[in-house]
Amino acid sequence: MFTTEVNGVVFQARGLTKVYDMGEVQVHALRGVDIDLYSGELLVLLGPSGSGKSTLLNILGGLDHATAGHVIYRDRELTAASDSELTEYRRYHVGFVFQFYNLIPSLTARENVAAVTEIARDAMVPEEALALVGLGERIDHFPAQLSGGEQQRVAIARAIAKRPSVLLCDEPTGALDSTTGIVVLEVLERVNRELGTTTALITHNADIAAMADRVMRLADGSIVDVHRNIEKKPARELRW
Amino acid sequence: MRALDKKLLRDVMRLRGVVLAIALVLVGGVSTFIMSLSTYDSLLLTQAKYYRDYRFAQVFASLKRAPETLARRIVHIQGVDKVETRVVAAVNLDIPGFGDPASGQLVSVPDRGEPVFNGVYLRRGRMVDPASDDEVVISESFANAHGFELGDTLSATINGRRKELTIVGIVLSPEYIYEIQPGAVFPDYQRFGILWMARAPLAAAYDMEGAFNDIALSLTANANVDDVVDRLDEFLRPYGGRGAYGREDQLSHKFLAEEFNQLETMATVFPMIFLGVAAFLLNVVIGRLINTERDQIAILKAFGYTNAEIGWHYTKLALMIVAIGLVGGVVVGIFLGKGMSAVYQDFYRFPFLQYELKPSVVINAALVAVAAGLAGTLFSVARAVRLPPAEGMRPETPTEYRATLVERVGLQRWFAQPTRMIMRHIERRPLRALLTVLGIASACGVVMVSNFQEDAIHYMIDVQYGMSSREDLSVSFVEPTSARALHSLQGLTGVAHVEGFRSVPVRLHFEHRSFRTALQGIEPGGDLHRVLDKDLKRIKLPAAGVVMTDYLAKILGMRTGDWVTVEVLEDSEPVLRAAGFARPKTFQFADVLAASQPALRVPLVATTKQYLGVSAYLQRNALNRLLEEGNVINGAYIATDSRYQSEVYTRLKEMPRVSGTVVREAAIAQFNQTMEQTILFFTMVSATLGAVIAFGVVYNSARIALSERGRELASLRVLGFTVGEIAYILLGELAVLTLMALPLGFMFGRALCAYMVSQFASDLYRIPLILEPDAYSFATVVILVSAIISGYLVWRRLCRLDLIAVLKTRE
Ligand SMILES: Nc1ncnc2c1ncn2[C@@H]1O[C@H](COP(=O)(O)OP(=O)(O)OP(=O)(O)O)[C@@H](O)[C@H]1O
Ligand SMILES: [Mg+2]
Repeated sequence: MFTTEVNGVVFQARGLTKVYDMGEVQVHALRGVDIDLYSGELLVLLGPSGSGKSTLLNILGGLDHATAGHVIYRDRELTAASDSELTEYRRYHVGFVFQFYNLIPSLTARENVAAVTEIARDAMVPEEALALVGLGERIDHFPAQLSGGEQQRVAIARAIAKRPSVLLCDEPTGALDSTTGIVVLEVLERVNRELGTTTALITHNADIAAMADRVMRLADGSIVDVHRNIEKKPARELRW
Repeated sequence: MRALDKKLLRDVMRLRGVVLAIALVLVGGVSTFIMSLSTYDSLLLTQAKYYRDYRFAQVFASLKRAPETLARRIVHIQGVDKVETRVVAAVNLDIPGFGDPASGQLVSVPDRGEPVFNGVYLRRGRMVDPASDDEVVISESFANAHGFELGDTLSATINGRRKELTIVGIVLSPEYIYEIQPGAVFPDYQRFGILWMARAPLAAAYDMEGAFNDIALSLTANANVDDVVDRLDEFLRPYGGRGAYGREDQLSHKFLAEEFNQLETMATVFPMIFLGVAAFLLNVVIGRLINTERDQIAILKAFGYTNAEIGWHYTKLALMIVAIGLVGGVVVGIFLGKGMSAVYQDFYRFPFLQYELKPSVVINAALVAVAAGLAGTLFSVARAVRLPPAEGMRPETPTEYRATLVERVGLQRWFAQPTRMIMRHIERRPLRALLTVLGIASACGVVMVSNFQEDAIHYMIDVQYGMSSREDLSVSFVEPTSARALHSLQGLTGVAHVEGFRSVPVRLHFEHRSFRTALQGIEPGGDLHRVLDKDLKRIKLPAAGVVMTDYLAKILGMRTGDWVTVEVLEDSEPVLRAAGFARPKTFQFADVLAASQPALRVPLVATTKQYLGVSAYLQRNALNRLLEEGNVINGAYIATDSRYQSEVYTRLKEMPRVSGTVVREAAIAQFNQTMEQTILFFTMVSATLGAVIAFGVVYNSARIALSERGRELASLRVLGFTVGEIAYILLGELAVLTLMALPLGFMFGRALCAYMVSQFASDLYRIPLILEPDAYSFATVVILVSAIISGYLVWRRLCRLDLIAVLKTRE
C-alpha cells in the first residue's frame, strides 16, 4: 500500500504558525509547521494536550486562520482564500468530526445529518450514513438523549454523509469504550478505503496509530516525528 | 421540511418564554400605535361625516336685528353658496328640582322643512310643531344631565316673561357638540343647554318677525373664508353685527378641534415613543438572542453554510417573533381602538361612529417592527459569522481579563466570590450591561410619560382655581351696566365680596396675525380674580396697557412693549344708554372699522402665566376709557358664604339682568371630567401598555442572561453551589442593572414628558411639566414588580436546570 505518494499531494502546508494573542501573553500554538498530506492516505496525529493538534486541523479545514505560513489544498491556497471561498471549500470538500461533537441540540440525529446533506452534492441519505456508524435505532433521538459515544457517532455520520474528499477527525474515539471505538474506526477506515477519502485523525491513543499510513507527532507546536507504518493494522485488530 | 426549518420551529418552541416576552414588547408598541391612530382617524372621519350629513355651516354671525331682505343680498357675496337666517336668544332657565342658576340658548327651527344648515339628529321623540309656541327639543347632554324625559317641562324667561316649555324631542347637533356658555372655559351640561323652538313664536317674543339675529352661510368650493367674513361684517355692521367668523372660531368646533389636536398629539407622540422604545428593545433583545446562538452559527458555518443562508435562517426567526408581535399588536390595537373610539363617540355624542383603520397605519407599524427586528438580527449574525468557526465554537470568552474596579481599589475582601462574579461580569461586558440598562430605563420612561398628566392636571387646577380665579361664582349681565349694579349684588344675603368686571369680545391683531378672544377689564387690586406672573406671583395690573397670557403673546408673536391693535366685536350703543353716558358724537367705532384703520392700539406691558384659556387683561377703568364708556361693567366675580349658596342662586335667578352664572366648583368638576375622559383614559391605557413593555424588557433581560450563562451556572451547581447561590449570581446582576437603570429612566421619562408638554400646548390649556414624587414611585414600582416577577420566573427555571443535559451537549 504505497500508492499515496503516486496519487499526489492534497494538502501542502509550509511554515504554518498560529499565535493566540492574549493581551499580555502570546500563546504559540503552532510554530512553523511543514506538512504534506497525500491523496487517500490515513494520517494519525499524536501529541500531548496543548501541543497544537486541533489548531492544525482547524486551519487545514478552513475553520481558522493561520497567523503565518501557507496551506495549499490541491490547487488553491487556503491561507489566501476569501470567506466565501472557504465556505465553498468546507461545504463540498471537507468533513469534520469535532472533539466536542458539536451537534445542533434542537435537531435529532437524522436531522443533524440532513442539515449537512441538504447542502451538499451527491450526498448519502442520512439513514445510510447513520447505519454506517451503527446508529440505525436511535435515529430520531435528540443529542441530549444520546450518550457521548452515540453523539460522536452521529457527528461522524454527519461528516461522512456528504462523501467529502477530506475527513478531519479530532479525537473521534476519545469518549468511547474500546469496542465502540473500534466500530467507529472501522467506519473511518472503510470510508478511507472505499471512497478514497483523505483522512486526518487526532488521537491521544498511540495504539490507534497502527491503522495509519503515516503517523505524525506534535509537541509544543512543532512536528517532532513523522513515520510511515510499514504494515497497516486493520481497525478490527486494534486493542487497547 | 428542511432540517434548518425544523431547527427554527423547535428553537421558537424552546425559547417560547423569550419569544413571547419579546413579542409582548412589540404588542405593547404596535397596539398603542394602532389604537391611537385608528381612534384619531375614526374620530376625524366621523366628525367629517357628521358635519357633512348634518350640513354644518361654514360661516356664522350674530347681530342685533336685521330684516329678512338683507339675507337675500348676502347670498350675492362672492363665494357664498347658501344662506340661512335664524332667531337665537339667551334665556334663563328654571329647572324643577335644580337650585343652581341655569341658562340656555333658544335656537329657531324653520317653519317649514329641514333647516338648510346645522341639522339636528333626532335621538328620541319628534321635532317641534312649527305652530306650537311651547314645544322645544333639547340637546341630549343637557337632557341627560337632568334626566329629562319626553313630555317633561321646564320654564324659561323669554324676553322677561316666564314660559313653560314642553320637551318633545331629544337631539344631537354638529353645531353644539360642545355646548359652551359664552364666557365659560368648559361646557357645563347642567347649567347650560341648547333648546330648539319653532321660529314663529320665538320671533314674536323677541320682535323678530320678518327679521333675524343670527345667520349661517355655506361657501362655494374655492371661496376664501376671510374675504367672506369681511364682506359679511360690512353687511351686518349697520345692524349691530357682532363679528362674523368661520368654523375655526365657532365655539363648539373650536373646542372640538382643540381636543382633536390634543388627541392627535397623544395619538402620534405616544405611540411613536412606544413603538420607538419597542423597536429599540426588539433590536437589543433579538441581538442578544442571536448571540446565544453563536456556537450554532459556527457549526453551520463549519459545514459550509454560507453567511447568507445563516443570515436568512435567523432572519426567519426574527420575522416569526416580529410576526407574532405584529399580529398580536394589531388585534389588541383594533380591539382597544374600537373600545376607545366608542368611549370618545359617547363623550362627543356623535350619533354614529365610523371606525377606520388605515392600511398605512398597519404598514408603518409593520415596517418599523420589521426594520428593528432585522437590524438587531443581522447585526448580531454579521458579528457572529465574522468569527472563524473554530473560534465561534468555543464559548464566548472575553479576551481581556482584568480585575474589577472594586478589586483594583482593593475592596474585594469585603465581597464574597459570587458578588465578585457579578461585578466582573458586568464590567467585562459593559456594552451588554449598558444596553440592558438602557432598555429598562426606556421602559421606565414610558411608564412615567403615560402617568405624569394626572399630577400636571391637579397642579393646573390648583393654579387656576386656587390662585387665579378664586371667585365662587361669576355672573354675566345681559348688557353692560353701570357699576352701581354691584351694590345690589353686594346686598344679597350670603354674598361676601363682589368685584365687577368688563369683558368685551375682540379680535386682536399684531402684524399679520390675529386672534379672537375677550379683553377682560378687572379691578387692579381685586382679590378674587388675579393675574399671575411666571413665578405665580401676583401681577399688579398697570394703569395703562394690557397683560396677556404668555401663550397668546406667542400666538401673536408679540413681545412686551409691542402695541396690539384691538378690534372690538361688540355693538356698544346699549352701553351708553344703560349707563347713561353719552359718547362724543364725532367718533364712531363703525367709522373707524369701516375705514379699516387700526381701531385701538394698546401696549403689551407684561405676560401672565395661565394654564387654562387664552386672555388679555387690563384695568377695568382703562378698558372703559378705551371703549369710551363710563364706569361700566358687564359681569361680576362673587365670593359667597357657602351656607347661603342656594339662596344666592335663587336671588340671582330672579335678577332679570343676570344672563349667566358660572359656578367655580362646577367648573372644576367639569374640567376634571373633561380631562378624565379625554386624556386620563388614554393615559391609563397607555400606562398599562407601558407596564407591559417594562415587564417584557426586564423578563427578557433575565431570560436571555439565563440562556447565555446556563452552562456556567450548571457547572457551578455541579461544583456544589446551591440554587440560591447561582440565583444570586444571575439575579443579583439583574438587580444591579435594574437599580442602575432607574435614575436614567427618570431622566429619560422627564425628557419625554417635557416633549409631550411642548406638544400639548393649545388655546384651551397648556399642561405644565409637573412630576410629583408619585410619578417616579409609580414607574419604580412597575419596574421593580416586573423585575421581581421576572426574577421569580427565572428562579423557577434555575431550580429545574438540567445539569446533565447542559453539561452533556454544547449549546
Ligand atoms: N482560542 C484560543 N485562545 C487562546 N489560546 C488558545 C486558543 N485555542 C487554543 N489555544 C492554545 O493553543 C494551544 C494549542 O491548542 P490546541 O487546542 O491545538 O491543543 P490540542 O493539541 O488540540 O490539545 P488537546 O489534546 O488537549 O485537545 C494550547 O496551548 C491552547 O491553550
Ligand atoms: Mg484538541
